[in-house]
Amino acid sequence: MNPDHEHKRTLRQGASAAWPICLGYFPIGLALGVLAQKAGLPWWAVALMSVLVFAGSAQFICVAMLAAGASTPAIVLTTFVVNLRHVLMSSALAVYLQRVNRAFLALYAYGVTDESFAVNLTRFREGGWDRWRALTVNHLANAVWITATICGALVGQFVPQGALGIDYALTGMFICLLVFQLQGRLYIVTGLLAAALSVAWYLLIPGDSYIVGASMCAATIGYLLKRHYRRGR
Amino acid sequence: MSFSDYLLLFGGMGLATYLPRALPLLYLAHRKMPQGLIDWLSLIPVAILSALLAPSLFTESATRSLAFGKLELLVAVPTLIFALKTRSLGGTVLVGMLLYWLGGMFY
Repeated sequence: MNPDHEHKRTLRQGASAAWPICLGYFPIGLALGVLAQKAGLPWWAVALMSVLVFAGSAQFICVAMLAAGASTPAIVLTTFVVNLRHVLMSSALAVYLQRVNRAFLALYAYGVTDESFAVNLTRFREGGWDRWRALTVNHLANAVWITATICGALVGQFVPQGALGIDYALTGMFICLLVFQLQGRLYIVTGLLAAALSVAWYLLIPGDSYIVGASMCAATIGYLLKRHYRRGR
Repeated sequence: MSFSDYLLLFGGMGLATYLPRALPLLYLAHRKMPQGLIDWLSLIPVAILSALLAPSLFTESATRSLAFGKLELLVAVPTLIFALKTRSLGGTVLVGMLLYWLGGMFY
């Protein structure tokens, strides 16, 4: 196949995997832009933030903390804690990116978000997916995110809230990606454990540690169950 | 805040975001990973997706309390069934949005 044709195919398949993320990012990015503008950030600061910090939840927290008058070190430290969950996601992705050169990995790491992780990992596992298609997903999502946050800062206050149920796009996507992950009883048990643990953790412990805490506990219990089951036979 | 204040803040946040994403990839992709770690990591996606979803469906974020009647949860049930039946990502996203939109009018 000629390389030009192959490039187009990579872009097309990357885009067809990325569109649910883009659809979901747009209203969230708009909302972030509106909040940031209300908190007194100029549009170029919103653009700078979205380029340097491609992490929605950390950006929302940053805007809230800026509005509350928090210090720079406090905001940076909070960002670090909120984004620790990506250690788990990058580790899981490393299984499919063995022996890939470091320059590629350094670029790829920039775009690892909850959403791009979930979409790419599902595709890698199903097969027929490669790192270039995965990188396309990351960067399309990033481009939409940056655009949406800037739009939000400039004209966001004129956009009606909740139009067409678009606020549910990412929830719907996560539900379907969760279904794709259920490849046997062990996965169903682990998923149910993580759901119960995360809800309990969320209710009992303030902050955002519930995502990392509950998923590590559930995966560990699932892993021990698997080992126990293997030995038992 | 001036441009350099913003640059310092977002630069710091950028590092705090980038390093947790980059270091595990750079470290693990060039080492032979033990089978136990691979097995454990294979359970991480399902666990993380559940841990991201469940609190948003079963709790009220404003009061951080348990809730079983949220529209998000009611819509999640048919959306989940649709996903299980069709295994279509795009279709599931659109069905979820449509139901959430319709639900918002009556709920």
